[in-house]
Amino acid sequence: MTDPFAPGSVIEGYTLGERLHAGAMGDVFRVTHPAHQTPMVMKVPRFGAGDSAENVLGFETESTILPALTGPYVARFFSAGDLTRLPFVVVEFIPGESLEAIVQRGVSPPPEVARLGAALADALHSIHRQDTIHHDLKPDNVMVRPDGNVTLIDFGLSHHARFPDLLAEENRFAAGSAPYVSPEQVQRCRTDPRSDLFALGVVLYELATGELPFGAPATNAGMRDRLWLDPKPPRARVADVPPWLQEIILRCLEVDPAERYQSAAHIAFDLRHPAQVALTSRAEKSQQAGFLAQVRRWWQARERGPAEQARDRAPLSSTPVIVVAVDTVHPDADRHAAIRRATQQILSASDEYRLVCVSVLRGFETPGEPERSSFSAADPHLDHLVRLRHWADPLRLPPERLSLHVLDSSGTASTLVDFARRNHADLIILGAPDASQRGLAWLRSAASTVAANAPCSVHLVRLPEGTRQDAFARETGLSPDDLPQ
Amino acid sequence: MLLALLSDIHGNLEALNACLEHARTAGAERFALLGDHVGYGADSRGVMEIVMRLAEEGAIVLKGNHDDAVEGPALYMNDPASAAIEWARSSLNAEQKRFLAALPLLVREGAMCFVHASAFAPERWHYVDSPSAARSCADAGGGTYTFCGHVHHQVLYFATREGGMSAFQPVPGSPIPVRGNRRWVAVVGSVGQPRDRTPAAGYALFDAPRALLTFHRVPYDNLAAAGKIRAAGLPLSLARRVELGV
Repeated sequence: MTDPFAPGSVIEGYTLGERLHAGAMGDVFRVTHPAHQTPMVMKVPRFGAGDSAENVLGFETESTILPALTGPYVARFFSAGDLTRLPFVVVEFIPGESLEAIVQRGVSPPPEVARLGAALADALHSIHRQDTIHHDLKPDNVMVRPDGNVTLIDFGLSHHARFPDLLAEENRFAAGSAPYVSPEQVQRCRTDPRSDLFALGVVLYELATGELPFGAPATNAGMRDRLWLDPKPPRARVADVPPWLQEIILRCLEVDPAERYQSAAHIAFDLRHPAQVALTSRAEKSQQAGFLAQVRRWWQARERGPAEQARDRAPLSSTPVIVVAVDTVHPDADRHAAIRRATQQILSASDEYRLVCVSVLRGFETPGEPERSSFSAADPHLDHLVRLRHWADPLRLPPERLSLHVLDSSGTASTLVDFARRNHADLIILGAPDASQRGLAWLRSAASTVAANAPCSVHLVRLPEGTRQDAFARETGLSPDDLPQ
Repeated sequence: MLLALLSDIHGNLEALNACLEHARTAGAERFALLGDHVGYGADSRGVMEIVMRLAEEGAIVLKGNHDDAVEGPALYMNDPASAAIEWARSSLNAEQKRFLAALPLLVREGAMCFVHASAFAPERWHYVDSPSAARSCADAGGGTYTFCGHVHHQVLYFATREGGMSAFQPVPGSPIPVRGNRRWVAVVGSVGQPRDRTPAAGYALFDAPRALLTFHRVPYDNLAAAGKIRAAGLPLSLARRVELGV
């Protein structure tokens, strides 16, 4: 039988063009179709007698999961052929270059590592929200588009929580790519999205140092080292790696998933706000654990036993990014207390949250530098950061759960909505005008505009009628919550 | 064409009507009723009127062990089940009994095989409750897709490359790609007597051209159905099952 896949042939309406890639796993052609304007490629797996089962299964898995995914971080799916008769998939053509090409060019400076890493974390968060774990994140499987966004490719090892896992019991199948695979994947756990966060840590490490933290083990014994091996800290390889970046990378590379970041959104947030990264001993580590400590890690790995399938945990719904807007320009004791109470109630229902307190200042436009979040004496926003911290203090949050931001803007609502979108907020909490201010006052309020345009849920906090002043304020005319102007 | 798969209705008219309405709204054009239309519930007669009408309209209708027990006593049944069969026997008319007695145990149609319990020795009412039971069912059924009921839970089994089968717990309402290059055994759950602590009626929709299978849970007035069981003087445990989904 002649190969039906060759430039010029027509397969189910798709005309094959240039062969972009011919590899051991299959071919990739440019294709056109009269009904679609989007540039597309057709992936044709190479399998038949003698070809590996991995190839077939990976292709089946990808062509099952890809059609279910949406968003800018995956190649748009168009069509799949019958697996038993004419196997192929047609997906959007992704312009740009592979992240592997960037890795090959050598060590990236920390701001570039942070930018690429945040884009990758955005992509992972998007597929995790769609109940999908990639399981094979590596530079080869990431396309960097000309606009700087990334697209994940090759879902051949992926897991979709609402589909049968065709790979779960296929023990001959590789768990992932050796340099990037997470400890729990080595133990054949396929249900933990935090595995992708481990792989992201390896990619960040590679970008920042030009080296692989665990090398590229070729044996099963080498793979099992992943269960305990403490990688050499990035700063020991490249002294220019800042402590915040080392903190992020080593937290991603924790053996125990519970010690890692719990959500890709939190990683994206930290990579975009280095000054807000809560530094721990990870940030300052200058060498690998010593011999005895490594023995202890090895022993702990044995004690820990096999990784549990994480099917029942719902990490994304319990790891929210919560943005709370606090008006530090017009401090209002009653309203501040009410917003704090609401925030407290919401936080008490979440395990792994990130609370982002935001104050939006109007009319302080500083081009190119819209956000200030570090303390310095010369900072005109310092006063407002102090007020924000004062507002958050009674919540008694550990530093890694809290961050404070003063934003400059010409429009409060649109600035809040943009900030929430960029940082994958799951909820925005903000004050609403008093119940007496209906009609135009409501329509003009930031609350109504944010509620209308937010990318996520919005919790509006309104003071109950008749509770405007507490007893202390009535007696003294003063409020202890009031900030000096 | 969208095919609705309903099993283990068990004389629960309220649950059946809710599922049929749900399926028709979703676009179902054809129905397969996988057996145990009667027993346990109080309205076997009302259920059979609908089942026979659907059969006239071209539905696939199979015989389950409770349907079989209407003809002759089933010695393996526990007391509540026997009491309910007794009730069904007394409430069904002669035509309905003749219809039940003539039902097939297994139907094959193209790549699909339909059976109440297991396609492996269907008359012995084996439960498809494990990957190995699913495998013998799939082997005996021979089709790409085997649809069955009898266990009152929703489970999807799929063939692995290593020769066995794996179990998958479907998420109600979420379409599952079930491509024809491997074999699948779908246990569609129970319309009239779910037992997973969720009273909502269970059934499934199969979209053959798009190879998508969706399991559904449909809330219905289960308290009314339980009330009928109490009013009929049937064992209270049967009413509790419908009230609580246990």
